[in-house]
Amino acid sequence: MSHETLAIVLFLVFVGATLAITVWAGRQTKSASDFYAGGRSFSGVQNGLAIGGDYMSAASFLGIAGMIALYGYDGFLYSIGFLVAWLVALLLVAELMRNSGKYTMADVLAFRMSPRPVRTAAGVSTITVSIFYLLAQMVGAGALVALLFGFTSEFAKGATIVLVGALMIIYVTVGGMKGTTWVQIIKAVLLMGGATLVTLLVLAKFGFNLSTLLRDAAEQSGKGEAFLEPGLRYATDEQGLTGKLDLISLGLALVLGTAGLPHILIRFYTVPTARDARKSVLWGIGLIGAFYLLTLVLGFGAAALVGSKAIAEANPAGNTAAPQLAQEIGERIFGEVGGTVLLAVIAAVAFATILAVVAGLTLASSSSFAHDLYAHVFRRGQATEAEEVRVARIAALVIGAVSIVLGIFAQRLNVAFLVALAFAVAASGNLPAILYSLFWKRFNTAGAVAAIYGGLGSAVLLVFFSPVVSGSEKALFTGADWAVFPLENPGIVSIPIGFLCGWLGTVLSKEFNAAKYAEIEVRSLTGAGAERAASH
Amino acid sequence: MTVDKEADGVQTPYERVQRTPEFQELRRRFRAFAFPATVAFLAWYLLYVVLSGWARGFMGTQVIGFINVALIFGLLQFASTFLIAWLYSRHAERTLDPMAADLAAQVEGAPK
Repeated sequence: MSHETLAIVLFLVFVGATLAITVWAGRQTKSASDFYAGGRSFSGVQNGLAIGGDYMSAASFLGIAGMIALYGYDGFLYSIGFLVAWLVALLLVAELMRNSGKYTMADVLAFRMSPRPVRTAAGVSTITVSIFYLLAQMVGAGALVALLFGFTSEFAKGATIVLVGALMIIYVTVGGMKGTTWVQIIKAVLLMGGATLVTLLVLAKFGFNLSTLLRDAAEQSGKGEAFLEPGLRYATDEQGLTGKLDLISLGLALVLGTAGLPHILIRFYTVPTARDARKSVLWGIGLIGAFYLLTLVLGFGAAALVGSKAIAEANPAGNTAAPQLAQEIGERIFGEVGGTVLLAVIAAVAFATILAVVAGLTLASSSSFAHDLYAHVFRRGQATEAEEVRVARIAALVIGAVSIVLGIFAQRLNVAFLVALAFAVAASGNLPAILYSLFWKRFNTAGAVAAIYGGLGSAVLLVFFSPVVSGSEKALFTGADWAVFPLENPGIVSIPIGFLCGWLGTVLSKEFNAAKYAEIEVRSLTGAGAERAASH
Repeated sequence: MTVDKEADGVQTPYERVQRTPEFQELRRRFRAFAFPATVAFLAWYLLYVVLSGWARGFMGTQVIGFINVALIFGLLQFASTFLIAWLYSRHAERTLDPMAADLAAQVEGAPK
């Protein structure tokens, strides 16, 4: 059996199992709380696994391992930012949000504000961030299938994107949050299992000596000891000060973006209490931290055993380093059959990863569309629960269809750029408004609207005028040059703009509601009046 | 409107609880951990990012075999993240949760 057939069989088993669970979850999904928040009946451990499932995207698994394999140490910078970011979520956001919100991020922002403008802004921001992130995963799916199965035709890539899109629409419309959460849990277990297995084999190959592994990686990379130091990908010597500022900008976006990602924020609503929300973040941190340590070994292992040259030949961005490593180590230890099996396993896991993450993103954006934009802005809070859930399902279908189409046309886009942009937009547009809402007494409607549009708008505009979009060889439009902003990542400018706009909007408006402030403060810290778990 | 709110009768249960010394103490203890810890881990993380950009020589110094300062510094970021998460959960379990539960009961038991 070839690795292609085996990978397809394994993937079909995953799809079959998750679809069965989705149908089962769909039968139990009756109320809006079931659809949006899985009835708030997941345990801390289950939701912790699901957090890992939502967060460890193809960009983390394939992207970071690939970046380490090609550029060495600099890929590790991503892992660290992505992990440390969880402390913002743990200390400042998770529990307070669980206590004061209901289904979406906007529930917290609109709590003591005039609901329509704030929900409109938050809905726009949620959908923008999710679509960028969604697009990145869809493009990744197309690229992956081409590389793993040798399907190079545009038709095969397009067909894969349609398949991924169709499956994610089914997960979300049928299973709601309950089905989606189980998909995340299964995926997290498979991904950790697969990554641990390959890591152990790699370490065994080097006699569990990290220094030997690093030595071989440095030798095989052709870059020597520089491969083990920062500076090959970011802030290289030729880039000078611009490169260094770009590194700081990326670092800020990574560490502040996580707690503003809508599909992560709605995870906190799936557990019964704030205490469980805390527990799930702790599990998430453990899992994600362990995973990034594994990718460190996978990345350097791929450099040492496969070689940076072979990896770059297969995919210039290094996205296939992890599957290539799986095949190589399998062959070296168990012979040819071992290589085939391990490659198939890792390929199937990578697909499961993409599928689970796109489902989470679709759910977050369709929830926000139905709950914030439709029910509260368009229908002014007059929609029934059943109507809201119906709209959410339709929205999932539409958002899914839109991302399929965009995914097919965006095949040329760079995946990492889209993910970094999603983080920068989340950090600039969402995080300032969330933190001000929870901690600043004086914060008001004008402030919230200014923070979201200011942060979101400046982040998107700066990217548009950055070298990522035009004026460099790697840009989206190579023929033209309107890159007046020198940095690839907008975070260092757009995040302060988000905070500044929020402050300015607030002080320019006289609105203040003491009773509502007392309510959100007391509720968020004590859990009084928090949404309860469903009884069934 | 603000004047009316001052009269005790029209205050919400939330406003009454917000003014109690018990709630002020809970708020103080929550912030006394969360705010300095946030400043500390962000500063520690930014120090790491800045050193990666500006102090290449130092970061490249080999410590044990091919394991250099940059790698150890990175792994220390993992260790500090795990440590802060664990310290916070201990603080929340021991101090914040019992205080929060008492206050929540006060709000929910209060006449509306």
